[in-house]
Amino acid sequence: MIVRFIVCVKQVPDTTEVKIDPKTNTLIREGVPCILNPFDQFALEEAVKLKKGEDEIIVISMGPPQAKKELMKCLALGADEAILLSDRALAGADTWATSYTLAQAIRKIGDFDIIFCGYQAIDGDTAQVGPELAAQLGIPQITYIESVEELSKRKLMAKSQTDEGYKVVEVRLPVLLTGITPSGFIPRSPPLPNIIKAKQKPFTTWTADDLGGEKDKYGLSGSLTQVIRVYAPPAREKGVMITDEPSIAVEKLMDMLTKDKVI
Amino acid sequence: MITVKEELCNHCGSCVKACPFGAIKIINQIAVIGEECTLCGACVQVCKACAIEIERKERDIDFSRYKDIWVFVELKDGKVRNVTYELLGKARKLADELGEKVCAIILGKDVKGLWTDLSSYGADEIFVVEDDNLEVYYTDLYTSVLVGLIMKHEPNIVIYPATKIGRDLAPRVAATLEVGLTADCTGLSIQDGRLLQTRPAFGGNIMADIISVTRPQMATIRPNVMKKSIPDKNRTAEIIEIPVKVDIKGVRTLIKETISMKTSDAVPLDEAEIIVSGGRGIGSKENFKIIEALAEVLNAAVGASRSAVDLGWKPKSFQVGQSGTTVSPKIYIACGISGKIQHLVGMSGSDIIIAINKDPEAPIFNVADYGIVGDLNKVVPLLTEVLRSEFASR
Repeated sequence: MIVRFIVCVKQVPDTTEVKIDPKTNTLIREGVPCILNPFDQFALEEAVKLKKGEDEIIVISMGPPQAKKELMKCLALGADEAILLSDRALAGADTWATSYTLAQAIRKIGDFDIIFCGYQAIDGDTAQVGPELAAQLGIPQITYIESVEELSKRKLMAKSQTDEGYKVVEVRLPVLLTGITPSGFIPRSPPLPNIIKAKQKPFTTWTADDLGGEKDKYGLSGSLTQVIRVYAPPAREKGVMITDEPSIAVEKLMDMLTKDKVI
Repeated sequence: MITVKEELCNHCGSCVKACPFGAIKIINQIAVIGEECTLCGACVQVCKACAIEIERKERDIDFSRYKDIWVFVELKDGKVRNVTYELLGKARKLADELGEKVCAIILGKDVKGLWTDLSSYGADEIFVVEDDNLEVYYTDLYTSVLVGLIMKHEPNIVIYPATKIGRDLAPRVAATLEVGLTADCTGLSIQDGRLLQTRPAFGGNIMADIISVTRPQMATIRPNVMKKSIPDKNRTAEIIEIPVKVDIKGVRTLIKETISMKTSDAVPLDEAEIIVSGGRGIGSKENFKIIEALAEVLNAAVGASRSAVDLGWKPKSFQVGQSGTTVSPKIYIACGISGKIQHLVGMSGSDIIIAINKDPEAPIFNVADYGIVGDLNKVVPLLTEVLRSEFASR
């Protein structure tokens, strides 16, 4: 059995590098590097781990032309083929329009067995595109996956996180999985020979025309939600610092907590 | 409109099993869809022959027939999760402003005893969908039932808790209905008759106000953000029982095993009112007992930073932060946590933050309301004792 994986990835600003301008209280986006969404890298590496023999991994991403850089990294990390969905008409998509776009691309690809998505993107933090994509394709979904335990004979067993621990879920393929990144995971850079080899792998760009479908379902015009205002959150006021020795510090803290009616 | 293409139907019966409303029968080797059909789409998804087609309505422009605010009731071990009451409290305020009703939507097995609380916390109507097979949450079953109910009753607003279940279910329902959905809201209000949905993005660095251009307007809401109403035992709600016949064979993702790593009485991290968290500064797995002791006195949940989880001191389900659980308790006590941005993103929505750390430069102090610079091995046990005697004397 040959398994075809499709991994959906996103280029995101490195939010750990984001700073707030203390004067204007707005986000400083300039100079913030773009990276492969770390959760998506985990999803890709899980697919690479599962890949055997003739299996195939296709990565797809919707984004600006610059997102090619992240897809090249995916190829170097072990994907076999990359497709960038890039067009002005796709810009401004909310999660529904994004999942519609990805669904169109996946229908164009044709057969697939497992779609992997990261847990969420670190810029939007919505975790909605995965389930929305699964719904559009009419396939089952398993979210919050820690690991794929078993993959054989068109069936898959995965460990999915719950509030108390986890559950083991069995599903017949095709399926869409969204992963929760284990805490030990560090996004690695691919070794140089793989980066060179990646340049030989197929890379394609598809526009909205290539994807077909209904034009008014793409991008901003296809979005079912609209952002009407973006602003900086109210800054937290600097609190009280207590530097006394432990017994006095605890006493002072208790006085303050009582006075401020915290406890 | 739902139609069966007779030339494609191979009367395999998978649609019959998938239909949660028992609306499909095989008659003369063709699937026939009865009047019980709610257009939920469960059959379309399982039909391998692509013989069933639903034509969804054109996107609406006139929204006036969409009425009422629905709250998805999340159950845990047969009890209503606290976050449901928070959502009911918010829905009550919004509904009063709009002059509409609050409806609690409850799916499960033996849920009759739960009605009184739902009405005292604000529900005017309770939609009850009872079936043995709804005892455990399954994406497929819950989606079908909800989509069917929404299609039939056309609510104005539907809100879900932004829990693991809510974040699995809501996008599935939204995409099936082709309506907008806003994730992880921390604020909801009415502006010009529309639902203004406020949420943090970009790792909590910015806030966005969002509206839906479709109906129902749907959003998931973070636990511990909305305020519960004061329960009114005299309130009553109209009970609307929805008959279903849910076949477990309609489920494509079967749960083989469930492993619990917490004691049964532990509060889930995302809805704990108080959380005591430990980080690398705790020093060892064994030493987490001082965190647990403080948590016990405060009746709080125990959390951990990513470093502490990486070191194997606590399981992943305890992790607070971007790749763990986002929390917003009334009180968050960070012990030996330096406060990397990924951690701050996950807890800076807390009402009160207390930090204990030996490094005065630790970034956690930038968000803390109260900070103690000192050795947590001395401070935490002392604080535990003082609190214990304080509570004992009350």
